[in-house]
Amino acid sequence: MKKVTNVVIAGLGGQGVIKASDILCEAVFHCGFEVKKSEVHGMSQRGGSVCSDIRFGEQVFSPMVPPGEADFLLVLAPDQVEVNRHQLRPGGVLLTPDLVDPAKLANRKSFNVALLGTLSNHLDIPAQAWDKALQACFPEKLLEVNRQAFELGKQVPAK
Amino acid sequence: MNSTERQLLSGDEAIALACLHAGVGLGAGYPGTPSTEILEYFSTIGGKAQWSPNEKVALEVAIGAAFGGARALATMKHVGLNVAADPLFTVAYTGVSGGLVIVSADDPGMASSQNEQDNRRYAVAAGLPMLEPSDSQEAYDFTLAAYEISERWQIPVLLRVTTRVCHTQTPVRPRASVPAPKPAQFLRDVKSRVMIPAYARIAHKRLREKLSEIAVWNQSSALNTVVEGGKKLGIIASGVAYMHAREALPDASFLKLGLTHPLPMDQIEKFIHSVERCVVLEEGDPYLVDSIRAQSLDVESKPEMFRFGELNVDRVRRILAGDISPEPVKPPGKPPQLCEGCSHRVVFEALRDMDCIVAGDIGCYTLGVLPPFSAMDTCVCMGASITAGLGLRHVLPPEQAKRVVSVIGDSTFVHSGITGLVEMIYNPPPTGHVVIILDNGTTAMTGHQEHAGTGRKLEHSATGKVIYEDLARSMGIQNIHTTGLGKDSAEFAELLKQCLGNGKLNLIIARRPCILVAKYIREYEKCTALQEVRPT
Repeated sequence: MKKVTNVVIAGLGGQGVIKASDILCEAVFHCGFEVKKSEVHGMSQRGGSVCSDIRFGEQVFSPMVPPGEADFLLVLAPDQVEVNRHQLRPGGVLLTPDLVDPAKLANRKSFNVALLGTLSNHLDIPAQAWDKALQACFPEKLLEVNRQAFELGKQVPAK
Repeated sequence: MNSTERQLLSGDEAIALACLHAGVGLGAGYPGTPSTEILEYFSTIGGKAQWSPNEKVALEVAIGAAFGGARALATMKHVGLNVAADPLFTVAYTGVSGGLVIVSADDPGMASSQNEQDNRRYAVAAGLPMLEPSDSQEAYDFTLAAYEISERWQIPVLLRVTTRVCHTQTPVRPRASVPAPKPAQFLRDVKSRVMIPAYARIAHKRLREKLSEIAVWNQSSALNTVVEGGKKLGIIASGVAYMHAREALPDASFLKLGLTHPLPMDQIEKFIHSVERCVVLEEGDPYLVDSIRAQSLDVESKPEMFRFGELNVDRVRRILAGDISPEPVKPPGKPPQLCEGCSHRVVFEALRDMDCIVAGDIGCYTLGVLPPFSAMDTCVCMGASITAGLGLRHVLPPEQAKRVVSVIGDSTFVHSGITGLVEMIYNPPPTGHVVIILDNGTTAMTGHQEHAGTGRKLEHSATGKVIYEDLARSMGIQNIHTTGLGKDSAEFAELLKQCLGNGKLNLIIARRPCILVAKYIREYEKCTALQEVRPT
C-alpha cells in the first residue's frame, strides 16, 4: 500500500486545534492528495482536550490515525503533550508549544498557525498551497496577522 | 448544471449538498451532535432548513412536505429518533409522494451522547430501507440514491451515519445534474394516508411487499460492492468500519454493504462461499452478523468487548487475531467544564451549597455533575429533569422530597420540558416543586443554534417567540421568578431557598445569555429591531 502521512494536532478547546487542522487539510487538498480529517466535536468545545487527525497520501481509508502511528504530533497546550505522546510512532516528530514564543506574535490567538508554520518545514507542501489554505480559512482582516504567525513558526529550524 | 469540481466536505456537508442538488424543498430537524451541521450547511448553501422544537415535530413536518409531493429531509442524532419513533413507524405504512429521507446520526463511543444505541435496529423495527455511507463521497451519493429509492417505492428511507462519517472531511465530486423533483401538489389518497385500522392493515401488507421488492433489487444494486482480494479472508462490512478494515487488511476480499436493510442475502451467501474465512466487521450491535447467521450462514463476528465504543484500525486487527486481552487505556485528557463566567455556575454553586437533589437534563449544564459543583443526581433524556424530579417528589419522605429541584436548559425545555410542566400542574407533589430553566438564549451544547424560545429562525432572522413566563402562567403556575443571575450568587441562593421552603409549585427562569454568543445575540437583536417582522 502507498504511504499515508499521519498528522495529529492536539490541544484544548478554544486554542484553534480544529482551525489548524482545517488549514493543513486545505493545503494538502490543494496539492491534489487524497485527504481525510477527523475530529470529535461536542463536549470538547467546553475547554476540554481536543484532537484532530489529518491523513493524506494517494489513498486513505480509515479517517483516524491508528494509535502509535502518527508521523507528526503537534501539541498546542503544554499539559497535553504527555496525554497525546502515545499517538506518535517511534521516530515520529513531536512539535511542542515551547517552539514558538507567543510574545513575538502580533495576535496571540494565531499561536496555532505559528505552530503550523513549524510543521510546514517537515512537509513537502509548497508555500503557495499553504498561503492558499490561509486565504481560504481566514477573513481578509485576520489574514495578514496569520501569515506573519505562520512565517514566525517557519523560522524555527526543523531538527 | 452543478460544478463537478472536487470539494473537501464533511459527511454532514455532503448530505446537505446532495439535498440541494436533489431539489429538497424542506429540511427540518433538531440540533444534535453529530447531525447538526447538515441543516446548517443546507441553509448556508441556499436550502430551506428549519429547526423544530424536537425531532418528532421535525419528522412530522417533513412527512407533511413529502405528502405534498416535495422532497423532504429530517435530521437528528440517534437518540432524537427515539423521540421521532412514533411518526417513524407509521409513515413507513403510509408511504410518501415526494422523497423522504430521515438522517439518523449515531454516536458510537459517545463522544457527546448519553447512550450508544445502534439505530440500524430502527430500520428493521419500522420496516424502512437503510443506507450506510462510509465517507463524504458516499454520503453525497447515497443521499441521492435514498431519494431515488424513496420515490420509486414511495417509502421513507433511513440514512444512517455515524460520528466518523459526519465529522470527517473527505473529497467529494458532485454530479453535474440530478433529476429535479416534480412540483409539489396535493393528491388525495385517503386509504394510504389515513391510518385507521381498516386502511392500516392493508398498508402494513403493502409495506412488506415494498420491502420484498427492494430486497430483490438490492441483490444486484450498485450500492453494495465487492473488492476482490485474496480468497483466504473475506470481510463483510458497512459504514466507517469498512474503511478501518480496508486499511488493516490490505490482502482480504471485501463485501461492502451500502444498502443494509433489507440485506442482499444471495449476494452475501455467494461472497461467504467465495472465501475460506469470512468475518463480519461492524461497529456497535451485531446487526449484520445476527441477520446473516439467521440465514444459517457461517460467519465469524467480533468478540463482545468490541461492541463498546468505536472501531479503529487497531481494534480491527485485534478482532481478526481473536485478541481479547485488555486494550491499552488512553491517558485521560482534560475533561470539559462549564466556561469561566458561565451563568450556570451560579446556579450549580447554590444547588451544591443547599445539598439539593438535582434532577438534571441534557446540555452544557450536565457538566454541573462534575467537580467543583457535583450538583446533579440524574440525567436520562431530553426533558426528564422535570418529570423525574416530580416522580422523586412523589415518593421520597418529605424531608428529602423538599430538596428535589429540576434543572433544564432553554432549548431542552422547548424540546420536551413543556409537557413536564403540564404534568406538574396536573399531578402536583404534596411538597410542591422547584423547576429551574437555565435560559442562556441558545442551544449552547451543539454549537449555538436558535430555537423557538429565542425568537429567531435557523438562519437568525426574526420570528415568533415562545415566552416561558407567559406559557407557565397560562398553565396555572403561580410562582414564577425571573432572575438575571448577576455576579452576586447570594441573590440567587436566597431565591432558591425561598422556593424550596414554600411548598408550592415554583418556576425559576435564570436568564443570562451564554457568554460565547452574547455578542452575536446582540447583533441579531439589532437586525431584529430593524426588521420587526413578527408573524401573527
